[in-house]
Amino acid sequence: MTEKTLTPPAHKEPVVFTRDQLDWLPWLEPAAEETLTPRQKESLVDAARSKSPYFRLLARDPDILEARTRTDKDIFYNPQAGLPRAERELAAAATSRLNGCIYCASVHARHAAVYSKRESDVQKLLDQGVSADLDARWNAIVAASVALTAIPIDFGPDDIDRLRKVGLDDLAIIDVINAASFFNWANRLMLSLGEPATTAG
Amino acid sequence: MTDVINELAGIAPGSALDKARDNRPEARKHAQASYDALFTPKDVGTFSLQERFAVAAFVAALHGKEETRDFYKEQLVVAGTSPELQVTVASEAFEARAHGPYGHYPRGPLSLENSDGLVYAVGATARHVLGQRLATALEHTHMLVFHPRDAAPPSLQAMLDAGWSTTDIVTLSQLVSFLAFQIRMVAGLKALNARAT
Repeated sequence: MTEKTLTPPAHKEPVVFTRDQLDWLPWLEPAAEETLTPRQKESLVDAARSKSPYFRLLARDPDILEARTRTDKDIFYNPQAGLPRAERELAAAATSRLNGCIYCASVHARHAAVYSKRESDVQKLLDQGVSADLDARWNAIVAASVALTAIPIDFGPDDIDRLRKVGLDDLAIIDVINAASFFNWANRLMLSLGEPATTAG
Repeated sequence: MTDVINELAGIAPGSALDKARDNRPEARKHAQASYDALFTPKDVGTFSLQERFAVAAFVAALHGKEETRDFYKEQLVVAGTSPELQVTVASEAFEARAHGPYGHYPRGPLSLENSDGLVYAVGATARHVLGQRLATALEHTHMLVFHPRDAAPPSLQAMLDAGWSTTDIVTLSQLVSFLAFQIRMVAGLKALNARAT
């Protein structure tokens, strides 16, 4: 018997990029919370994610979910050297802005704003898009994220030179490559398996 | 231990860049674990390895980066697919190349940023070689690669109707999205390697 996609309940869709908290509604049936196997629970990494329809949907294939999540956490949360957390989040937000993932951009623009304390620059990126003029260092990080996200991929040695010129060492450059590349993964899952909704209020 | 990203980026074991990647040891390890989970899974379920490599070869060819394209083209051969399928995947990817990301936003202020691009449909001859199930997957995959913001339930319903289960679709979405990551990692690290100090 053929399965059917889900029709989300009535909701208001966000029509601009925002730092507001959004909901996400699945188009395919997530695994039910009460039927999660021990392996599926383990694949969530954080037990609280059993409340999230997004992670319960991905838990249908636990091995790739767990590997995805552990990749994600190390790229963004590992405090060891490299790019400051705020700028890893900036690369994630810029990638999401270019791909058009309103949900992902909301989460990572919030993080970028909190960690950098540069709310107005982050909001400018959301409002004006990836060509927004921020400052030399942020412009270089956004431009590198854009070049990596474009298809055909437009990233080359000149981008490395530009990142070095604004003060990034090799560990920091690897973080830009990691963060922008990872969001090309995350954006595609979020955009294609469900849709964002504004929270009630 | 195998590290496909390093191999494809041409990073020599023990080099400065190889060591620099160890600053994010879990990300490095689990990028490879992701590859393993998708391409050497403990249980393929109802999404065969031949189908996985057909989709992967298509995605890598769409990105046009020679090192990853050649790697997955070779894997498609190793998976034991027919030469006819291999040629069809390559020629469809060539026909379907585009410049992205493009697509549409929900109606509102962002409508100004809407941009149109190719909406790929498999032709009759290729569909005959691929079969309905794989042809539908390549159409969905092309959208995911070039214009993911156009994603909507009808494309998922087309997948379900073509015989993909919900779990298969989750795995396929992970596979295509993981490749979007892996191919960019390779391109990025290769550029960094070219400017090694």
